[in-house]
Amino acid sequence: MDLDFDIRADFPVLDDETLVYLDTAATSLTPHRVLHKMNDYYRKYSANVHRGVYRLSHEATELYNDARRTVARLINAEEDEVVFTRGASNALNMVARMLAPYIQEGDEIITSELEHHSHFLPWQRIAKERGAKLIFVPLDQNGRIQLQAFKNVLSPRTRVVALTHVSNVMGYLTPIEKITELAHAHGAYVSVDAAQSVPHMEVDVKRIDCDFLAFSAHKMLGPTGFGILYGKRKHLDAFEPVEFGGDMVGIAEKDTLTYQKPPLKFETGTPPIAEAIGFAEAIDYLEEKGLETIREHEKRLAEYAHKALSGLEDVVIYNKDADAGIITFNLKGVHPHDVVTVLDDDNIALRAGHHCAQLVMQWLSVAATLRASFYLYNTRDDIDRLIESLKRARDFFKDAGL
Amino acid sequence: MMNRMENLYRQIIMEHYKNPRNKGLVDDERYNKSHIRNPSCGDDVTIQTLVEGGEVKDIRHEGSGCSICCSSASVLSALLKRRPVEEAQYISTQYVNMVSGQSYDTDVELEDAEAYQGVKQFPARIKCATIAWQAFEDTLGGDDDE
Repeated sequence: MDLDFDIRADFPVLDDETLVYLDTAATSLTPHRVLHKMNDYYRKYSANVHRGVYRLSHEATELYNDARRTVARLINAEEDEVVFTRGASNALNMVARMLAPYIQEGDEIITSELEHHSHFLPWQRIAKERGAKLIFVPLDQNGRIQLQAFKNVLSPRTRVVALTHVSNVMGYLTPIEKITELAHAHGAYVSVDAAQSVPHMEVDVKRIDCDFLAFSAHKMLGPTGFGILYGKRKHLDAFEPVEFGGDMVGIAEKDTLTYQKPPLKFETGTPPIAEAIGFAEAIDYLEEKGLETIREHEKRLAEYAHKALSGLEDVVIYNKDADAGIITFNLKGVHPHDVVTVLDDDNIALRAGHHCAQLVMQWLSVAATLRASFYLYNTRDDIDRLIESLKRARDFFKDAGL
Repeated sequence: MMNRMENLYRQIIMEHYKNPRNKGLVDDERYNKSHIRNPSCGDDVTIQTLVEGGEVKDIRHEGSGCSICCSSASVLSALLKRRPVEEAQYISTQYVNMVSGQSYDTDVELEDAEAYQGVKQFPARIKCATIAWQAFEDTLGGDDDE
């Protein structure tokens, strides 16, 4: 009937059968397989990579390099275009640092109010440092980035286009391929925050043709503290590293150094080895289930949830036409933190706040919202439970006079 | 079913939320002002305090946020107004200790603020219940951060 697969058993956190987890847009749950894989590293071949010539180090290095191949395959990149980072935020900051020297006074950087803080604040900073102008694509009445609005702000002074692929609050898909094409025609670099897209759909960097793209492992069944920066090889060759130290260096002398080839050029110090290996296992798991199948599943859940929420008195939904499994809403007259305390009492995990996207909150003219987000382990039953709990919250605060 | 909720959202708390006392800032430079914003949830509180001759003569507050946060600013203003500074400071410390589940002086008469006892069972909400009190304590420091 409703679901194609029942996979709750794969996720140890869901051993608690009463738990409803609806906060994947913040972080996803981790399956047993990924945990075992990371444990294996520490238990069986816990050696550094790229260093030792002994067997353990060799084994660790092999698996670590395999992980890079797995990530490259996932997004259709070349292996040497995949830089391991501490997460999407770290990756997006690196992009800003790499491009900073090429930004002149009066240049324009196009971004949007839909950006997560990690994709807007680094550029706000660079704009200040370099005397550049930060330009926001005007959003349409629903809060979407439309191609025409982007065309209107694109100019010969545009140096960088920094946009989200899927908004973490509104769940809208940006027409990033066409935007990239237009940006390139104007000689601008394109940086894409794909933290909410890569976990939920097939993303092909060659088709998008963007210059940089970033995402995090922990939003797609992998470990925290690990993420990916994709960069076109020609850029990774040309741009200077942003961090210096072991691993990125070729020959070091008192006054000079040479760099390793990309991606190592952008990776300093002992990397998160278990995390890389664990992330590859997460990708394997997701690919076995099928990213398109997962996307369909989320879509059906989102439709079901939209219908149920719309039928609930006093619920305001801010993104009725979302493309992703993200629903942002409020209960009229009740602060989201008060609502979420009642939901938590029913063991439902849901995000309340500004979702690291204060510009979106300002655009919506609200202080904070509730946000439910879905992944492959969610079911209709989860949504039924959410609706029941929201009704309880509404009745409770009504009785209290709100 | 709602026992835990009723324990947190006591009637007196909801009453202060709906009908806040001493709400609205005054344009008077004799007042010390402190503005605190919780960046994770958007709770936003400003407290103004008039201290004269070692006494807290007046407390005003303004802000937006959840019921726990907004109501506690009102409760604070009613409880600590017209108290010697040292006493107000002492009571504030006892309140903060109470809601964060630490030991506190139970002989202190906390009046309406007693209603926030339930907060300690909701660690995620301790910040909501203390932000106004932090702002108040900042105003006693004499620094005007605005």
